[in-house]
Amino acid sequence: MTALSDAPPAGRAAPPGGSPGGAGRDRSAAVAARRVLAYVALTVMAALVLVPFAWMLSSSLKRDNEVFTVPIQWIPEELRWSNFVDIWERIPLLTYLGNSAFLSVTITVLQVLSGSFAAYGFSKVRFPGRDALFLAYIATIAVPWQAYMVPQYIMMQKADLTNTHLAIILLQAFGAFGVFLMRQYYQSIPDELCEAARIDGLSEYGIYWRIMLPLSKPALASLALLTFVNTWNDYMGPFIYLTDNDLWTVQLGLRSFIGQYDAEYAMMMTGATLSVLPILAVFLLGQRYFIQGIATSGLKG
Amino acid sequence: MAQVITRPAPTAPRARPRGRRAWRDILVGWSFILPNFAGFLLFTIVPMLTAFALAFLKWDSYSDPEWVGLKNFTRMLGDENFHVALRNTLFYAAGHIPLTLAAALGLAMALNRKLRGVPFFRTAAFFPYITSLVAVAVVWNMLFNPTAGPINQLLEAIGVSEPPRWVASRDWAMPAVIITSVWRDMGYYMVLYLAGLQTIPKEYYEAARVDGANAWQRFWGITVPSLRPTTFFVAVMLTIQSFKVLDLIVVMTDGGPGRSTLVLAQLIYREGITEGQFGYSSAIALVLFLIVLTVTVVQFRINERRSAS
Repeated sequence: MTALSDAPPAGRAAPPGGSPGGAGRDRSAAVAARRVLAYVALTVMAALVLVPFAWMLSSSLKRDNEVFTVPIQWIPEELRWSNFVDIWERIPLLTYLGNSAFLSVTITVLQVLSGSFAAYGFSKVRFPGRDALFLAYIATIAVPWQAYMVPQYIMMQKADLTNTHLAIILLQAFGAFGVFLMRQYYQSIPDELCEAARIDGLSEYGIYWRIMLPLSKPALASLALLTFVNTWNDYMGPFIYLTDNDLWTVQLGLRSFIGQYDAEYAMMMTGATLSVLPILAVFLLGQRYFIQGIATSGLKG
Repeated sequence: MAQVITRPAPTAPRARPRGRRAWRDILVGWSFILPNFAGFLLFTIVPMLTAFALAFLKWDSYSDPEWVGLKNFTRMLGDENFHVALRNTLFYAAGHIPLTLAAALGLAMALNRKLRGVPFFRTAAFFPYITSLVAVAVVWNMLFNPTAGPINQLLEAIGVSEPPRWVASRDWAMPAVIITSVWRDMGYYMVLYLAGLQTIPKEYYEAARVDGANAWQRFWGITVPSLRPTTFFVAVMLTIQSFKVLDLIVVMTDGGPGRSTLVLAQLIYREGITEGQFGYSSAIALVLFLIVLTVTVVQFRINERRSAS
C-alpha cells in the first residue's frame, strides 16, 4: 500500500515487479513514516484552522482579566459557565436571536419557493426569450452588490422602508442564486420525465409540484441551508437598514456590544460563541448539502 | 421562434395548433418566472441600471439631481480618499487571491486521501467559511492583540523581538485582515478543488509513477494542468470577491487605523449612504465594477490562450 503525500486518493498497490528485491522492507517503513507524517501534517493544519475557535470557547469561560495572560491558559482554571447566563441580561439577546431567526426563515422560504418555481420555467418550459432572460440573471452575478447598494438604499428610503425588516426581506429573497442553483439541478432531470407526465395529463404546475420538487430534495436542502446561513451571518444588510435596537439581528447586537464594552473580553467571546452555535448545529445536520450546493453552483457555472 | 417551438423531443405528440400552444407556453413559462423575476427586476436590475445613470449625476440628499457628465470621475482623480482606497483594495487583492488559492489547493491535496479522520478535517477546514463575520472579526482582533495576543506571544517565543502591532498599526492592519480572510475563505475553495481533484483519473498518476516521476513532477505534470479549469474558476471568484471586500473590513478595522484599511466598497458605502453623495458614490461603484470586469475578462483571455496551446 502506498499512502502518498500528494494528490491521488490513496493509491492502490504499487505496480507489480516495480521494486527490485530487498527494497521491500525499506519501502513499507517509508510508507509507515509517510503515513505518520501525513497525520502530523493534518493535525498541525487542523490545529491552525481551529485555534481561533479554541480561543473563543476558552475565553468565553474566563473572567475578563484572565483572557490575556502570558503564557496563554488554554483551559481556564475555573470554568465560569455563569457568563452564558449573565449575557442574556447584559444585552437583549433573545430579541436579537428572534429577529435573526425571523429574517433567516422568511428569506429562506421565499428564496426556495420563488427560486425553484422560476428555475422550472427556465429549465422545463420552452418559450421565446427564455434563454436571453436567463442570461440577464447570470450577468448580474458578475456585478458586485456593493456597486448598487446605494441605489437600493435610495429606493428603500423613498419607499419609507428603511428601518424595517421588510427592506431586508425584499432585497434578499429574490436573488439570482436560488434560480441558478435549482436550474442547474433541474437540467440533470431528463425532459422525458416531464413529457411523460404531460401526456398523462398533468399540468405544468402539477409536474413542478408532484415530480420536480420531490426529485430535487437534495438541491432544495442545499439552497435552503446556504440561504439560511448567509442570512443569519449577514452583517451589511442589517447594518445599513436597521437602526432600532428592537429590530437588530444577533450580528448587529454583538457588534454593538463589542463597540460599547471593549474591555469585557470574556463576555464578547461568550456572545460570539452563542452567535456561532446555531450555525454549527445547522451545519453539522446538513453538511452534505452544503458541500453539494457549493460544488454544483460553483463548478458547473 | 419557430425553431424554439419545434425543438422539444420529436416523440412528443403535437395535438394542438402550434400558435395556441406557443402562446400557452409563453404564459405558463412567465407564470413560473414572474414571482422571482418581479422581485429580481425591482430590487436588483433596477438599482443596478440606476447606479450606472447616477454616476453621471450630481445628486445628494439635499439637492435635486443634475447632469454633470464626467465631473464625478474627474473629482475622483483628485480625491485622496479614492487613491488610498484603490491602493488598499489592490493590496488586499494581491495578498488575498494568491494566498487563498495556495491554501485552498494545499488543503485539498492534503485532504484528498482515504485516511481515517479525513472527513473531520474537511469539516474543520470548511467551518470558518460559514462562521459569522462578527465572531470571526472579534476573535481575530483578540488573537492579533499587540501585547498579549496569542500570535505575538508565539512570535516572541520563536525569537521575534518586536512583533508587528497588527490591527493597531497602519502598516500591519491590512496583512492582519488578509490573514483573517484567507483563514475564513480557504475552506470554501478547498471544496471546489476537492471536486476538481476527484475528476483526475488515478491511471495518470500510476503511469507517471511507472515512468519514475517523483511527487513534485507529478504535481506539476498532472495535478496542476488537470486542475486548470478549477483554478481558473477559483481565480475569477477570488478576484471578484477581493475587489468587493467590505463586511470583513467594516467589522474588523472599520477602515482604520487612520485610513490604512479603507477599501473601495467601503468608500462607496461612506460617500453614498453615510454622506448621501449618491452621484459621486455611484461613480466610484462604476469604477469598481469596471475593474472587476476588466480583470475577469483578462483572466478569460489568458485561460483561452493557455487551453489553446
